[in-house]
Amino acid sequence: MANRVAIVGSGQTHHRTRRLDVNGVELIYEATQRALEDTGLTMKDIDGVIIGNMDHFEGINYVDCWSIDGSGGWGKPTLKLTTGGTTGSTLAIAGYHMVASGLFDRLLVIGWEKNSESDTTAAITTAFDPVWDRSVFAGAISGLAVEASVYMHTYGATERDAARVTVRDRRHACLNPFAHLRKEVTLEEVLSSPPLADPLKLLDMCPRTDGACAVIFASEGVAERICPRPAWILGTANRHLYTYLGDADYVGLKSLRHASRELYEKVGIREPLKEIDVMELYLPYSFAGLSWIEELGLCPPGEGPRLLWDGVTDLGGELPINPSGGVISCNPIGATGLIRCAEAALQVMGKAGERQVPDVHVALSSGFGGCWWSDLVMVGSTKPA
Amino acid sequence: MMDRIAIIGVGQTRQERNKVHETFADMVFEAVQQALEHARIGIREIDNVVTASNDFWDGRTISSMAVNDACGSYDKNISTVEGDGTFAAFYGMTRILSGAYDTTLVVAHCKGSESDAKHITNAMFDPVYLRPLGLDNISTAAMQANRYMTRYGITEEQCALVSVKNHENAYRNPNAHLPMRLTVEDVLRSRLLADPIKLLDASPVSDGACALILARESAAARYTDRPVWVRGVGYAADPYHLGDRDLADCDALVAAAKRAYGMAGIADPAEEIDLVELYDAFSYQELLWTEGLGLCGRGEGGKLAASGATRTDGSIPVNPSGGLLSAHTVTVAGLVRIAEAVLQIRGEADQRQVPAVRTAVAHGVNGPCGQSHCVWVLGA
Repeated sequence: MANRVAIVGSGQTHHRTRRLDVNGVELIYEATQRALEDTGLTMKDIDGVIIGNMDHFEGINYVDCWSIDGSGGWGKPTLKLTTGGTTGSTLAIAGYHMVASGLFDRLLVIGWEKNSESDTTAAITTAFDPVWDRSVFAGAISGLAVEASVYMHTYGATERDAARVTVRDRRHACLNPFAHLRKEVTLEEVLSSPPLADPLKLLDMCPRTDGACAVIFASEGVAERICPRPAWILGTANRHLYTYLGDADYVGLKSLRHASRELYEKVGIREPLKEIDVMELYLPYSFAGLSWIEELGLCPPGEGPRLLWDGVTDLGGELPINPSGGVISCNPIGATGLIRCAEAALQVMGKAGERQVPDVHVALSSGFGGCWWSDLVMVGSTKPA
Repeated sequence: MMDRIAIIGVGQTRQERNKVHETFADMVFEAVQQALEHARIGIREIDNVVTASNDFWDGRTISSMAVNDACGSYDKNISTVEGDGTFAAFYGMTRILSGAYDTTLVVAHCKGSESDAKHITNAMFDPVYLRPLGLDNISTAAMQANRYMTRYGITEEQCALVSVKNHENAYRNPNAHLPMRLTVEDVLRSRLLADPIKLLDASPVSDGACALILARESAAARYTDRPVWVRGVGYAADPYHLGDRDLADCDALVAAAKRAYGMAGIADPAEEIDLVELYDAFSYQELLWTEGLGLCGRGEGGKLAASGATRTDGSIPVNPSGGLLSAHTVTVAGLVRIAEAVLQIRGEADQRQVPAVRTAVAHGVNGPCGQSHCVWVLGA
């Protein structure tokens, strides 16, 4: 019989462009220590560690072995997962399964990245097929620029619509002491920022960040003793659909559509806009905040901009998205997806401080990465049936 | 009490020096096809996938992306463990125990021929203090071998016996990369790599892929009348800095074995285990790991090998497949150990079959000098 699982606490570093004061292991230690303090647990209570990042951003091989002094994994079952941008959400999904298996009661899950130690685009470029994709279409920005162009062409959306997403996330980030970019930007600033790949401009894109996040997953019976209001995992789903960029369908994000339908069915969600109270989404660039929320079933295709302009997704709106400031405000890649999950849990636990959304019972977090891949984790205040 | 989980099929490519005609995807497709056929299951009935690979060895960030099509994961839930396949299989198992899935496909790939082992293994070490010393898998293994031999009086001849045995065993395994008929003298006289490790004490770097299919008991019954049951699994990690460890010990292996044996209800491993497939990246490691697995007392690994007990016709055969010394596919190697143990339990190991194997142990390693170990106990 599988166990129910809850998130009982988390810790994040204060994310920055460059953390020259710490090395990678020390950065990991900082997040781990904060998660332990958040839960009142010590390393002795932890019965396993999962860690993840993207190797080529730091140039460290076998990170699970190398990070032991920071992760506290000495003598414990220690595992490494890596799936690119989805690494953090992949970690959260693993945290769920491994505790639900009954083999762990208190599992420490760590995502981290020290992007300042690498050339991010060069590293990401090597993810793609060396013969077919790498020389023509690789890196994080070019594919997204194509998706944005297709979206604008198909539905008549504008660069100004997309800029509204950046304005929202950057405004929310000012309420989050851990976010990397805590300064509001205006629509005009986004539209006049330097072009990167048409139609994308600097302020349409996420930054690259140094940071780590640690989340503690606990089993039913144990979780309630650690935390008065744990965030129960209601379900997870993911899709890593493509190997080649040329295979991807650039009208929308099919992986997110398929994963969300599976998850909604599992959890029993019929009207996501009404039934979900807050979302922490891995939106690596502004246009994703228009088209991907359509894939999540919040509105019909092409109507994402209307939701944005109506303020539906702002703090105070019907379904706030990214009260943390999201990925556009903070992006330590291997940690990014896990931060989404940690923030969703904070909202359910009522511990999100100034960025708290009132009365959160159901929260959705997502991860994006690889070749148009999507991961989803849903948490809630009520123990699942 | 854990639900019963079975391995219902395994597949592996030949492990070779240089699969120049095959991409990562080709190798993965071949191993997965074999595993599906072995389990008599269709890819549509596989409800989730866990892959294992390493970005450094593949020279690709997000190395799993190269094989998503080939492993048939389209529109399925999927994840990727970076490291040895035994760890990936563990995660694959928990995805069934969690109640979420019925059947997990686990597949690992590696192409050492496209890689530079010295630089890749140097990258395991701290970039400021340790990398400039030139540490790599061979030089650190030499340090461990020296410490182990000094502390327990293990001899180079005893280590060489492992190499002689495993390369000979490889003749009976059509998938092995380096079958060789050697004498102890051949091993002792082979080129010195890092004292005391000589060329024939070290494993080659090989290309290959391996896949297996895990299923919960109720699902397993639909496909096979010869399930191999997971009786216990454990894994654990030692400290990172080599100076924080006594390299003659293998505490993490002892801890991993204790967990696995505890789950399997094994009190006397030397008596109760019929066969062992372990991660012998170097000849001395087979001796040290047999101690860590509790097949003999501490410091007695050399005597155990010299007694002939670990030969295919001995009382506790170790690596009848030829082990890593005969084919080292890095992240794939541990998964091959599980696959070989499964074949032995099913009585399908052909020429390398050991009679009446009911309980077998498979073992995988991550990190330098066996820093992190994963131990599987499998049974009929």
